[in-house]
Amino acid sequence: MLDLVGKRYYWFLLSFLVIVPGLISLAVHGLRLSIDFTGGSLWELRMSRPVQPGEVRQVLAQHGIDDAIVQTADNNVVLIRMRELKEGSPEKNQLAQALRDTFGDFTELRLESVGPTLGIAIRNRAIAAVALTTLGILGYIAWAFRNTNNPFLYGIAAIIAMLHDVAVVVGIFSILGWLRGVEVDALFVTALLTVIGFSVHDTIVVFDRIRENLARRAAPTFEEIVNYSLVQTLVRSLNTSLTVVFTLLALYLFGGETIRTFVLALLIGIISGTYSSIFNASQIVVVWENRELHRLFARLRGQHAPA
Amino acid sequence: MRIRPWQTLIVIVLLSLAAIWVDLPGQRLDPFGWKRNITVRQGLDLQGGIQLVLQARPPAGTVVTQEVLEGTRDTIERRVNGLGVSEPVIQTRGNDQILVELPGFQDPERAVRVLQRTALLEIIDTQGQFLPVGTIVNTTAGPAPEANATPTPTAGTATPTASATAASSAAAGATPQATTTPGATPTPEATATPSGPVYETIITGADLKDAYPTTDQFGNLVVGFELKPEAADRFYQYTSTHIGQPMSIVVDKQVINTATIRDAIRDRGIIQGLSAQEVRDLALQLKSGALAVPLEVVQSRTVGPTLGQDSIQKSIIAGLVGLGLVALFMILYYRLPGVISVIALLLYTAYVFALFKLIPVVLTLPGIAGFILSIGMAVDANVLIFARIREELRLGRPIARAIEEGFNHAWPSIRDSNISTMISCMILFWFGRYVGATIIQGFALTLFIGVAVSMFTAIVVTRTFLRLLLTRPFFRDVRWYGIAPSQVATAQATGD
Repeated sequence: MLDLVGKRYYWFLLSFLVIVPGLISLAVHGLRLSIDFTGGSLWELRMSRPVQPGEVRQVLAQHGIDDAIVQTADNNVVLIRMRELKEGSPEKNQLAQALRDTFGDFTELRLESVGPTLGIAIRNRAIAAVALTTLGILGYIAWAFRNTNNPFLYGIAAIIAMLHDVAVVVGIFSILGWLRGVEVDALFVTALLTVIGFSVHDTIVVFDRIRENLARRAAPTFEEIVNYSLVQTLVRSLNTSLTVVFTLLALYLFGGETIRTFVLALLIGIISGTYSSIFNASQIVVVWENRELHRLFARLRGQHAPA
Repeated sequence: MRIRPWQTLIVIVLLSLAAIWVDLPGQRLDPFGWKRNITVRQGLDLQGGIQLVLQARPPAGTVVTQEVLEGTRDTIERRVNGLGVSEPVIQTRGNDQILVELPGFQDPERAVRVLQRTALLEIIDTQGQFLPVGTIVNTTAGPAPEANATPTPTAGTATPTASATAASSAAAGATPQATTTPGATPTPEATATPSGPVYETIITGADLKDAYPTTDQFGNLVVGFELKPEAADRFYQYTSTHIGQPMSIVVDKQVINTATIRDAIRDRGIIQGLSAQEVRDLALQLKSGALAVPLEVVQSRTVGPTLGQDSIQKSIIAGLVGLGLVALFMILYYRLPGVISVIALLLYTAYVFALFKLIPVVLTLPGIAGFILSIGMAVDANVLIFARIREELRLGRPIARAIEEGFNHAWPSIRDSNISTMISCMILFWFGRYVGATIIQGFALTLFIGVAVSMFTAIVVTRTFLRLLLTRPFFRDVRWYGIAPSQVATAQATGD
């Protein structure tokens, strides 16, 4: 039989190798927050002829907006990010007129504006939502596993695996924000909450098998029971993830620009969620049951004592 | 009393027919018109439209009570209805915000103008002066919320002190910025209190019985209004004693029309000098009443229709490709059960869409993504069950037994794992209300429904099909289940 549990510290190491660069990037650069959290405006226009971002910036600067970020996309689409520009305000009319005068007529694809205070409120809400989800799921797992010796152990292991997935997604998006200018918006929070749900969904299936095999005393040691349970659920975990990854890949490739980063966050999170449910969550339970950290500390103390 | 599989099959067939009937677009197969009100509602990001979050900005020293906010919401609702938007969303949010969604509405500037303006109408005694259009004036009337619409107070009291009362300071807070085109400017964040005389208000919007677009004797579009009886008497008295003097019509403290009184007027009047759309909007605003508190736009989202149409087409392609890939994978990997799970998946799609229409779910771009994601998750329950069935078969169990065991063992995992997803959906729904109403709520709702329905199809639909097929001796060979006979444990029928 495959020995997955025996190599547990290699799996942990692999997780760290993926997470650490992201966390460093997060500490150095943070996340590139979108207007959903900072306030400001996102203005998407389809011009009647190709334009250069510099030209647009110039027109904006003439009207006192010198810190706008201007990007161009296919089909003469121009994306302008700037401080809050209110719908229906004289300022907006002036800007639209100035752009019309310079570049000819254009179609307004969208204008999203968020006031700065509202942006901060939404950011707090997002943090609260992630915290609430964590608590809710921890509570549910503790309840679902109430008949085991240590229900909170499973809950905490599932939460650690979940935080692993959150760290992977957030870390990668921090790097992407730094390298490619990818922004984190309200949809990103949506993706994150979904990943949290999925990650736990996946972990529970494995835990469920451990619970069952424990009751049946399917193997002599706890470690072997966990390994046996993992091998039994491995195919199912991979198959489920594969089907979800298929559908998400289809969405990523054919689903259009607007939700591409949203789908990317889901995709990264689901892959990470599958990994963590097999290679982290159950293995943490083993580390805990074997009191391995305990022994590690004891050994460290033992080595220090003679010196 | 055991329910037989074929009885369940009848229920499934009936349910499926009902779902497919609901799913059929338009009024097809609908002799009694039951489906007339069942349609897919498209969110803002799919059909285009406007979403606004309006923040109450009460004058310094006053607080927005829940009553005032509700009253303002009602006023906004009447105005939105006047705009003719088919399925608007108007809800209060928190203590001092109102969320408005106008799907399909394509003129954001007009929406902001119509919704945000206080629309406090006054007819003032100009004390013989001819006030030019656009002048900002101080008057004796406050913003006159509908609650205290008793039309007696201001009339007759000569030049009261301009400060002191809450009403007059509120009026100052609502003062618009000065521009020459009336109605073109919304009323926000005015800070400058106009100096100069305080004019006496004779009639306010609260005195109006009705307001409507009409034409004057030259065929120009004007706003016509009718006064309530008691106000009409007062108006008659005033106009009959001031013939030959000017009189101004003021909206939100800004003069939009000044005319000389030629005759005594009793209960009808007109407001001239506005463009066609301004006439319609002002009539709408007057009819809906003045806002109880000035509002400011703190968040707006405008999506053009072209962007939405493009997204729908792309999502449909993505959905079909995703569904096809999953179906292919399931059949190749699980063989006969795989075929059954694909049938279950198709029925799942039919049920989910029927629910989307019946509830109704506002379909958004993330919502479609949520549904496509749920396709992948929907087969998870089947994967769990089939994996278990295979294990049991390998142990040498007879097929009927293996299937029952497979379902029983898989159920706790299916239940527990799906509930954790549903918990995150519920919190997402709460988060979504705050961020962008339908856009994120759509995702939470479609994923939630998807997960719930997938539990039903996995447990009821797949199981029934498997049980029915089992009774055919033809399908008893393990190869139908993707297992080579050599893999089956030789210890046949060891029991338990």
